[in-house]
Amino acid sequence: MYKIILSFRYLLKRRISYLAFLAVALCVFIVVVVMTVITGLVRDFKVNNHKWVGDCIVGTESLVGFAYYEDFIKRIEKSDFIEGISSVVKSYALVRGRDSEEGIGIEIMGIEPVKHSGVTGFGETLYHRKNDVSKAFVPAHDPNLVGCVVGIDRWLVRDAKGRYSYEVSPVEAALLVSCFPLTSKGALAKAGAGLVNTKTFYYSDTSHSGLARVDSSFVYLPLEEAQLLCGMGGSVKRISAIHIKFKPNVKLEDGCDKVAALWKKFIEEKKGEKQAELLDTVTVQSWKEYRRPFIAAMEKEQTMLTIMFALVGVTTVFIVLVVFYMIVSHKSKDVGILKSIGVSKVNIIELFSCFAFLTGLLGCVVGVFAGWLFLLKINQAEDFLFEHFGFQLWDRTMYAIGDIPSAIDLKVLGVIIVSAMAACLAGAFLPSWQAAKLEAVEALQVSQL
Amino acid sequence: MSKDDFILKAERLYKSYRMGEAEVSVLRGVDLAVKRSEFVAIVGASGSGKSTLLHILGALDRPDKGAVSFEGRNLSRLAEGELNKFRNKMVGFVFQFYHLLDELSVLENVFLPAMASKSVFGWLGSRRWARGRAKELLGELGLSERANHKPYQLSGGERQRVAIGRALMNEPRILLADEPTGNLDSATGNGILDVFERLNGAGQTIVMVTHDERIAQKAGRIITLSDGKIR
Repeated sequence: MYKIILSFRYLLKRRISYLAFLAVALCVFIVVVVMTVITGLVRDFKVNNHKWVGDCIVGTESLVGFAYYEDFIKRIEKSDFIEGISSVVKSYALVRGRDSEEGIGIEIMGIEPVKHSGVTGFGETLYHRKNDVSKAFVPAHDPNLVGCVVGIDRWLVRDAKGRYSYEVSPVEAALLVSCFPLTSKGALAKAGAGLVNTKTFYYSDTSHSGLARVDSSFVYLPLEEAQLLCGMGGSVKRISAIHIKFKPNVKLEDGCDKVAALWKKFIEEKKGEKQAELLDTVTVQSWKEYRRPFIAAMEKEQTMLTIMFALVGVTTVFIVLVVFYMIVSHKSKDVGILKSIGVSKVNIIELFSCFAFLTGLLGCVVGVFAGWLFLLKINQAEDFLFEHFGFQLWDRTMYAIGDIPSAIDLKVLGVIIVSAMAACLAGAFLPSWQAAKLEAVEALQVSQL
Repeated sequence: MSKDDFILKAERLYKSYRMGEAEVSVLRGVDLAVKRSEFVAIVGASGSGKSTLLHILGALDRPDKGAVSFEGRNLSRLAEGELNKFRNKMVGFVFQFYHLLDELSVLENVFLPAMASKSVFGWLGSRRWARGRAKELLGELGLSERANHKPYQLSGGERQRVAIGRALMNEPRILLADEPTGNLDSATGNGILDVFERLNGAGQTIVMVTHDERIAQKAGRIITLSDGKIR
């Protein structure tokens, strides 16, 4: 009991203890804020990436695509682990306005909007047709025309606060989309005949996926139109990928393994058929594998930040060690007194460890509270700074970041608190050990007082 | 006199310290025996080894050679844990510089030895008794009004009485006092000696170290230490 009482008194009555506690609180505050922001960014980025594709992607990077997708879909659509399936055509194209001569390179994605929304978050990314995805490609001004959905950053300008100025209803605008159709062998299908397929689409909506590259380069078209543009129509239709959504209780890896097994069997059965060789270029990937090139960069940044803040943790250990050295050297008389009344070495270590624990605990409580408070107001603070001083953490006209993530991840918070407590105990251990080794007679010598 | 009448016995105690290159012999074969309820004063000049002897008798220090036995048990054969228990239960120390913990109140300083020997739960069970005993001791020492004060708010004499209260908390068999009046004026010092005499009258065994022959006269027996030996 005396250990707890003395620890509290050392903490509250020794000004030097405030240094240790403030060092811990400051480190915890910084790490909580930075890790919450960076973890939030990575989490949002992953969620947005997942929402943009299915759980599992059976697809090829080849612009030729692959055939017999309908047969495969028929085979798997009744499987008990699958919730939805969407066929996708993905290719490159040039787009220009009706009165413009200058084409801009874009990526096109051919989809069936209802099916694709059942597999991905496509429906949620729309603005005008969010509540009726079936009309995603129906222009508001003339339902008989073929519409297209444009990535939001291709269509609307973001203001400095990161907001888009949406139109009340979609404007009337025609986009001429040109593609190089390819044969199943990969040759130009229209060699000697102008090379490109061009079709006019009418702007029907924007898509805001939250992924900067996607929102600035993709135009979504009806699946069949995209197939025709890319030369994937005809008697043996082709697509680029099949996006699959699993039922909620299905584990991602298990689902992908099942699809891969079914695909392997399917390829075997199709061997020898026309264009069957295209099936060999197809891979079965989970959304994490499929989007790995994009997610990995973000995760790498997160890892680097984590390492940097682990170094902050090491600094905390050092500060606590120095402060404890000073405290313990001032407390050698107390150690002598305690030993003279029969307190053991272990109890001396426990006393100073208890002191370190309380220092860490109080530092964590204050640091977490300050961090929580700061995060609660971080977006308002940024708005204030932007309005009055023109300062922004990220230039919203350049980065696809809306609000700064401020939701504290309890798992991350737990790791931070445990690490801070461990840092305090580690920092206090050596001085505690030295205090415990001190002989009572030495500690009580007049020269030590 | 039977063997059991001695509560504390020291036989052929040797102790030396290294001071730079030189080795200084402090104790050179000290023999000492203290009977129950005896009040013994050890006198000697500064540096004669009085405090070293007292520390060895109370197991705060170990001799280089020789043995100390307490109630027939050789202290050098006790394990670390047993020595801690010995210092907590059997001996009460009173130091020249009082050595109170500044962070604790007077009352807490007094019941500290009782608290130190108990776990958290053990303490919860005996807390009421310990506080009562500490208050009783403070009452006997005339410090009832000072129970909630901090040591730095007390005079030297009051602090030394608090230290005596702490030393008596666990009802030790022997009280070891190292120059208990050395830091006090003569009137206050006499007050402390009166307390010792009263305690000894009640049967408390006391070994007191002092350099002042006049103070030593209060003890029942005076032992003179000179050049590391009993004269």
